[in-house]
Amino acid sequence: MSTRNIEIIVGAFVVLAVLAMVMLSLKVSNLASYGDVGNVYEIRAEFENIGGLKERSPVSAGGVRVGKVADISYNNEQFTAVVTMQIDGDYRFPLDTSASILTAGLLGEQYVGLEPGGDEEYLEDGSEIELTQSALVLEQVIGQFLYSKAQEE
Amino acid sequence: MNGLANFLQAVGHRLLNRFSRIGRGSLFLWQCLLSLGYLLRRPRLLVAQLYSVGVQTLLIILVAGLFVGMVLALQAYIVLVDFGAEESISLMVSLSILRELGPVFTGLLFAGRAGSALTAEIGLMKSTEQLSGMEMMAVNPMKYIIAPRFLAGILSVPMLTAIFMAIAILGGFFVATEMLGIYEGVFWSQMQTKVDFYDDLINGMIKSVVFGFVVVWIAVFEGYDCVPTSEGLGQATTRTVVHGSLAVLGLDFILTALMFNV
Repeated sequence: MSTRNIEIIVGAFVVLAVLAMVMLSLKVSNLASYGDVGNVYEIRAEFENIGGLKERSPVSAGGVRVGKVADISYNNEQFTAVVTMQIDGDYRFPLDTSASILTAGLLGEQYVGLEPGGDEEYLEDGSEIELTQSALVLEQVIGQFLYSKAQEE
Repeated sequence: MNGLANFLQAVGHRLLNRFSRIGRGSLFLWQCLLSLGYLLRRPRLLVAQLYSVGVQTLLIILVAGLFVGMVLALQAYIVLVDFGAEESISLMVSLSILRELGPVFTGLLFAGRAGSALTAEIGLMKSTEQLSGMEMMAVNPMKYIIAPRFLAGILSVPMLTAIFMAIAILGGFFVATEMLGIYEGVFWSQMQTKVDFYDDLINGMIKSVVFGFVVVWIAVFEGYDCVPTSEGLGQATTRTVVHGSLAVLGLDFILTALMFNV
């Protein structure tokens, strides 16, 4: 085979590999969502128990995905879990919005659900949600159930 | 008493042989790396080797990737449908392909298809004294023969891995949407929410770079270091495939343990 043909075929091979990489980055993985960090604001919420919540878990309001969990840390003074959420800049929520940790389906992944209140002012970058509700931990629920059963008898 | 002495001597001899091979292998790698600069002035050599090492391995990678993806989708469906979670097919297919199967399969196939060919080619050049002939003509075979093959192999494996991953996921997509009735949008969105660019894709590609480096090193060294007889050449080719494959599997365990902090 002539040198030119070999060069053409090798070129096509390299292009194919680059296309595969682009497809894997944009279509398969979440690289596209790394880009739009510009138009977001961060809010914080403190929970007693976050259950199985992880970084990058979704934040949704009324079933619509409005952001993601950016960071999870532990407050040593209050002994609570601090969840930092990145909310898409297109969405706004009143100051008295409440946050609860919910589970998608019975055994599905956990996410933060936002329930808007009625305040005139809106949450902005750095503000904190006061009203929070912890995750439902299955073991505790079962424990309470058994305890109440035992009391009845 | 004499038997024991003979035994000890044989063990010591083999051990020393091992060490000398490791030593020669490391020196060989060092010389190889030093000769890579020569390729900057002669890129033609590299392109020719990219063709014979990379492009000619492409077909087996495409076919293997397609079938691995399709089989994985079917298997995932059988397990997940019992839990009513068949929509997570795409997640299972993509994570297992990106994290494990893509790099490992490509490494194994590459050792079998291209590694053995590299060893045989270089070994035959050595047996027919082409390498010594070059040295006589003051052409450094390290620069002219070994370095282009070495670099072409190292570049090819990550490219082949990316192609393997992409075609495997497309195969899984085909089976999931056409045969199993999963919605297209669900397939892609499930994948995108859970597959992380750095944790999954980049780690998989790092694995493939490591595998490529080790497999090509073994292949080229076995050829260069083979006993220049037809029997020695056969043994060297076999060793390339066996040692290359074992190295891929062993390193995969170490890299997985390091990357996904278990």
